Amino acid sequence: MTALILFYVAGFVTLAAAILAITRTNASHALIYVVVTLLAIAVVFFLLGSPFAAALQIVVYAGAIVVLFLFVVMMLNLGKASVAREQTLLTRGIWTAPSLLALALFGVFLFALIGGDHETVSQARMISPKEVGIALYTKYVLAVELAGVLLLAALVGAYHLGRRYLADRREEEEAS
Amino acid sequence: MPPTEHVLILALLLFCVGAVGVLVRRNIIFILISLEFMMNACALVFVAAGAKWGQPDGQIMFLLILALAAAEVAVALGIVIQMARRFGTLDVDAVSGLRE
Repeated sequence: MTALILFYVAGFVTLAAAILAITRTNASHALIYVVVTLLAIAVVFFLLGSPFAAALQIVVYAGAIVVLFLFVVMMLNLGKASVAREQTLLTRGIWTAPSLLALALFGVFLFALIGGDHETVSQARMISPKEVGIALYTKYVLAVELAGVLLLAALVGAYHLGRRYLADRREEEEAS
Repeated sequence: MPPTEHVLILALLLFCVGAVGVLVRRNIIFILISLEFMMNACALVFVAAGAKWGQPDGQIMFLLILALAAAEVAVALGIVIQMARRFGTLDVDAVSGLRE
């Protein structure tokens, strides 16, 4: 019973923080709400009996990825001009159509979820990190290696894109 | 243990919030944040399914999504930095040069 109440509270916090995050005009404020959203999802993971996923969600998502966002936002230092521009863009007319489209999408998914036939399977239990680790390095070892290659490609790509000389060359072209 | 249907509905709502964010916002940082929400919703579905069947596979898919998200954010933020240097704005409408 306690788990159920916790789940509904965490779900509400997730959605409320997500909606607040995408309606902010200041990127740093939005990122604080993103952290709240991700932490609430970590609570849901824990309640689902996946403590390993919950820990990773906090460490990697709420920790590393959001900090990366924050570094970039603070490095670019967009300030008040950007906030003012965002405010002119965020009118009610802009919100209406995409929200209705997303609502229709939600309706379709919900219909598929509720309308279909469901078999009940055995009651779930806690899945320990040990089980996850064993499966990860036996059955899914190829996927782990592919993920490693993907991360290497991202590392090289991010290094290349972040270099300053690309911007400098552009300035030289404009000057000449 | 919360009912799987309710977890899936939560994931769907989160996905839809992310989709609205991608469609509505013109600031690339907010678009990336919305993409994160959508990916997290997918991860939530995987973990919920794994929990329902009592198998670790759902969490392994979550791990892979995590690696994908990290790679995507690193490259995307590199593009954001280049965009800010070249155009002085994070507005995606400023980089519609390919269309013209």
